Amino acid sequence: MYNEIVVDHFSNPRNVGEIADADGVGETTSFKCGDMMKLYIKVKDGRIEDVRFQTYGCGAAIASSSMLTEMVRGKTLDEAMKITNENVAEELGGLPPVKMHCSNLAADALHEAIKDYRARHSAK
Amino acid sequence: MKNRLIYMDHGATTPVREEVLEAMLPFFKELYGNPSSLHSPGREVRRAVEEARGKTARSLGADPEEIYFTASGTEANNIALRGAAKQHGKPGHIITSSIEHHAVYEVCRDLEREGYRVTYLPVDQFGMVDPADLEKAITPDTFIISIMSANNEIGTLQPVRELGWIAKKHDILFHSDAVQVVGQLPVDLNELPVDFLSLSAHKFNGPKGVGALFMRKRTEVTPLYRGGSQEKKIRPGTENVPGIIGLSRAIELAVSEIPQKKEKLTALRDRLISGFLEIEEVILNGHPGLRLPGNVNVSFKHIEGESVLLSLDLEGVAVSSGSACSSGSEEPSHVLIAIGLDHSVAHGSIRFSLGLGSSEEDVDFVLGKIPGIVKRLREISPTYHKH
Repeated sequence: MYNEIVVDHFSNPRNVGEIADADGVGETTSFKCGDMMKLYIKVKDGRIEDVRFQTYGCGAAIASSSMLTEMVRGKTLDEAMKITNENVAEELGGLPPVKMHCSNLAADALHEAIKDYRARHSAK
Repeated sequence: MKNRLIYMDHGATTPVREEVLEAMLPFFKELYGNPSSLHSPGREVRRAVEEARGKTARSLGADPEEIYFTASGTEANNIALRGAAKQHGKPGHIITSSIEHHAVYEVCRDLEREGYRVTYLPVDQFGMVDPADLEKAITPDTFIISIMSANNEIGTLQPVRELGWIAKKHDILFHSDAVQVVGQLPVDLNELPVDFLSLSAHKFNGPKGVGALFMRKRTEVTPLYRGGSQEKKIRPGTENVPGIIGLSRAIELAVSEIPQKKEKLTALRDRLISGFLEIEEVILNGHPGLRLPGNVNVSFKHIEGESVLLSLDLEGVAVSSGSACSSGSEEPSHVLIAIGLDHSVAHGSIRFSLGLGSSEEDVDFVLGKIPGIVKRLREISPTYHKH
């Protein structure tokens, strides 16, 4: 049901974990199927220096979280804001149609993390 | 080791056993006559079909004339429920449980849209229907009650005898979807107070695409299809002869082996359950004792079921999951919700269903793999570290 890239990211997810002193944290939940993702970013000079995730969900949810972390490292915040869930699915070589809307939420979590960073930053 | 398949999804389907395949083969090429034909090739096949009906009936304590071959368990359920509703001829009341298989549940939903009233009886935390609830739900216009013999997901066995007697006392038809039970546990229709019982061959090492409906003498339904007079017009259409032969051979073998099989599978099941319960935050779904011999259903908290299924699949172990993600829908199983599980716990459920080929080595292999899989997935999970 999943292609090799998805299975690889599911079996060996990259960048799993928390960042204790994260500059931004984003969380997203799929009310449809209960998947939950939490994304932590570390920002330096306007670029994402480090990124970690935690995900509760199916194979597609875990693989898309992992893929997203690979995609955003080193990107500027503006570049990162432009990444969509569809971009993540493309990088994964496609996801089964049923998974597209319920388990492919990593980009949403990223956008939340960036918003969180910006809110904290402007408050300073 | 890597290439070996450990199949623990016998609740979904089972392999056709050698003896069954052998019995079926002549009916594809040599014995191809239409059992409705009057010539000798036709008559020869008719004899074989009637012998198959006899064997099937004997395996269940029924009369041959009470067995109607169908294309599936689903079709048997539809003929019984829709057929009885049509025969009833006016709006009325149906009672069923809240944990039926879709092949009953969706039929009831459909009948509701057509104007019938349906009561979905609740179940307790183990998935058991309370006979007192059935008694209370009966109204003067209740005409049929349908309660499954055992649940396909959590394996809970229902008190069918007791429920059937209540129906009989009130002169209401009683149907039981016994797809998961036939061939696993004894069914004696001589003494079981049911009017209809559905079964499916591929659940007991028979072929796919064939099932049967037991319909007690003097019970009447209006057929769903019109056509020829096969199966006494209850299920018109040329008989699936190889399938029927396969079903009868499979049921004969399965029923004769129930005592040994039950003992073996119960031991394997309990070994698997106690192994799983040694892991922290694991819940057994269904009844601890009153469950199908080969059924294990557990929820691993903080993990979504499909990710466990996928991890096991990568190790060569085939199981199924009650999570929305593996079924293609977005809601978790209605059965797990009916027994009171939280959505997140329901999403983490996995069914291991054992069968004829299952061995202690299989069970130990799975018990060896699961702790690592659960640990890895929990380490990824955002809910786990909060505990």
